[in-house]
Amino acid sequence: MDSRFLCNRIYILFLLKTGRLMAKTSPPRSSKTSGSNAKALPEYKASRDEMLDFYKQMTLIRRFEEKAGQLYGMGLIGGFCHLYIGQEAVAVGFQSALKEGDSIITGYRAHGHAIVSGASPKSVMAELTGRSGGIAKGKGGSMHMFDPKAGFFGGHGIVGAQVPLGTGLAFAAKYKGTDNVVLTYFGDGAANQGQVYEAFNMAKLWNLPVIYIIENNQYAMGTSVARSSGQQELYKRGESFGIPGKLVDGMNVLEVRAAADAAVKHVREGNGPILLELKTYRYRGHSMSDPAKYRTRDEVQTTREERDPIEFIKKRLLEDGAEEDMLKSIDKEIKDEVSEVADYARNAPEPDPSELYTDILVES
Amino acid sequence: MTIEITMPALSPTMESGTLSKWLKSEGDSVAAGDIIAEIETDKATMEVEAVDEGTIGKLLVAEGTEDVPVGDVIALLLEDGEDKAALDGAGTQAAEKASAAKADDSASDDNDEPAERPTRPAEPMIADEEEIPAGTEMVKQTVREALRDAMAEEMRRDDMVFVMGEEVAEYQGAYKVTQGLLEEFGDKRVIDTPITEYGFAGLGTGAALGGLKPVIEFMTFNFAMQAIDHIINSAAKQRYMAGGKVDVPVVFRGPNGAAARVAAQHSQNFASWYASVPGLKVVAPYSAADAKGLLKAAIRDPNPVVFLENEIIYGQSFDVPKLDDFVLPIGKAKVVRQGSDVTIVAYSIAVREALAAAETLAEEGIEAEVVDLRSLRPLDLPTVVQSVRKTNRCVVAEEGWPVCSIASEISARLMEDAFDYLDAPVLRVSDEDTPTPYAANLEKLWLLSPDRIVKAVKKVCYRD
Repeated sequence: MDSRFLCNRIYILFLLKTGRLMAKTSPPRSSKTSGSNAKALPEYKASRDEMLDFYKQMTLIRRFEEKAGQLYGMGLIGGFCHLYIGQEAVAVGFQSALKEGDSIITGYRAHGHAIVSGASPKSVMAELTGRSGGIAKGKGGSMHMFDPKAGFFGGHGIVGAQVPLGTGLAFAAKYKGTDNVVLTYFGDGAANQGQVYEAFNMAKLWNLPVIYIIENNQYAMGTSVARSSGQQELYKRGESFGIPGKLVDGMNVLEVRAAADAAVKHVREGNGPILLELKTYRYRGHSMSDPAKYRTRDEVQTTREERDPIEFIKKRLLEDGAEEDMLKSIDKEIKDEVSEVADYARNAPEPDPSELYTDILVES
Repeated sequence: MTIEITMPALSPTMESGTLSKWLKSEGDSVAAGDIIAEIETDKATMEVEAVDEGTIGKLLVAEGTEDVPVGDVIALLLEDGEDKAALDGAGTQAAEKASAAKADDSASDDNDEPAERPTRPAEPMIADEEEIPAGTEMVKQTVREALRDAMAEEMRRDDMVFVMGEEVAEYQGAYKVTQGLLEEFGDKRVIDTPITEYGFAGLGTGAALGGLKPVIEFMTFNFAMQAIDHIINSAAKQRYMAGGKVDVPVVFRGPNGAAARVAAQHSQNFASWYASVPGLKVVAPYSAADAKGLLKAAIRDPNPVVFLENEIIYGQSFDVPKLDDFVLPIGKAKVVRQGSDVTIVAYSIAVREALAAAETLAEEGIEAEVVDLRSLRPLDLPTVVQSVRKTNRCVVAEEGWPVCSIASEISARLMEDAFDYLDAPVLRVSDEDTPTPYAANLEKLWLLSPDRIVKAVKKVCYRD
């Protein structure tokens, strides 16, 4: 190792220890603050109705996930349960940029993506409670849910596996001669899986219509990006494959939407894959059993107070002249809807025992 | 209304926990997201956040209490404007209500066996039909050519079929199995991949989810080890996890089993690994005709199929029926030699060794019946049992390791289904239970051979 480099590192450690250099652990407030490639992205110019729609969808996911957390606490949801709270603007912003025939695929933190792609919240919650009314008849659970008719292809429990799978969906879209695109979501943790780069290589080689979206919520379970990644600017991870990358503020749904529009246009016009890194944050632990000791309470609290995606769009709506009472009545409607969803998911019957043996193979 | 805060389940295995610490006192107001207590689970000490807003009315469980069952009411929260009087007797009522509710909710998730276990539907029986109509003209073809023709015919029949793998197009196949396909179908449908097994196995599975019918070639199944996660976790299980909402019509094919003098990493049989996985079909043919008819069936099959070929027999010639569309059913074994004294069960190249052994045995007056399994999942046990009922003796020959093998499975299933018909224990003959050696003499010692099959047959016939 270059001795000068070593000296620099020791000096930096010294500064960190003496508190003369603050270790920057919190995410940048906006894309403007980091990365040479991260020019200020424009915001999408949303109408009042569009903003209201974003607000409704994000609030629905938030309340849905809080309710899922409660039902988990009551023992009604089992196993692993990963909540999307804090990251809502990503799925909502991207979904609004798609058209009929486009598809999406994601990892195990899938409830929000399932809902925005059109799966009914009741069927998603009943999947979590393992009931027959679940979107996969209660046989997949939190991490594995599919709604191919809505263009939602899972729901994958193996970290990073959805990246080649999504690339394959894009291969199919191109093979069939459509102009459809595929959103392939994965996290900062999955970004270190080798198969991601195998997929990048083929996607560029064959110019496949895939948008890779890294939802960088800063922590792969308990390991921060800084502790896991040599190159921490994850949007640059496609560069050596010839895949352009952009950094996007994943807490600002209008910026997400603008970035999504640009990416969809780029890919739909046949220019091949693109990579977007969405800086976001999950408020809850990695899963329900994660005590989240790897970050400070203050970090979570500050993000909630300063960068919350729902508060952001709410503020914009109020500035635009929306009535606070109207937003309150939307909140109430969503709260009631989610209560109804929970009742359904608690009371739906369990799958018939004979379901054990179905859906393994399909008759030729 | 008073809100009951219950002991939360905070891990997949938690049944009770210790209430280590209250971080709020009676009378404190809380907002959603505030931490109200610390609870020690079986895994870690967790902070518990309030879900609702309100004022702590009553703490019902003291700090330090151990073994508080999940679901017990631990505190009561007063909603805005609610009076403390609302708490009178609420603790007991709440606790009763909670335990009643819990009993209700968990009625079905106790460890009780369901009243009646469902019966697994029987495997569909495949009728014994003449596979090749009498009088059909036969042509000599190598296994390699038969496999190529199968792919070409299916590609002509269905535009959604494409072939992808390393060196399948311009190089014409590392083992020349895809020879000529690029010329006929072009580079849109015959696709050279980079050396990236994990990637293209996943991409192929994704393409199948997207409605295509990929034929994914592994140069050999040794390299599929890099990709086995997609074969098993992505392809095999997708349909079940989706409650039947998706089809994954992908074929993973390539040579499997011992090659020649390439040592431990390039010479081994993975058949029993794949055959143990629900959600896959696994085929391992021996003859060229079976290779053709079964590969065509595999490509048409709406399920993921692992199609195991064998490098050593690619160049071997067989009679192949000259028919426009020769398709065989997956899941049907075939009696390839009639005999009355002993049944030898085999698949893939072991069928060749079994037939050679049968010739030697015939010279000594032992007539062996040879059953070629052809498909390993579903496994055609009825055909094996039918033969054993006749011969009352069985040897399973397998070019692969003996432990947890296809032979082990056949042996166990015969214990269950044909015990009363057996006059001797079922014997397994296989490769030796060691990594594949390089040295010529050691490799020969390691590998399944007709001689070893002959010895085993004599043993079960009590003629040794």
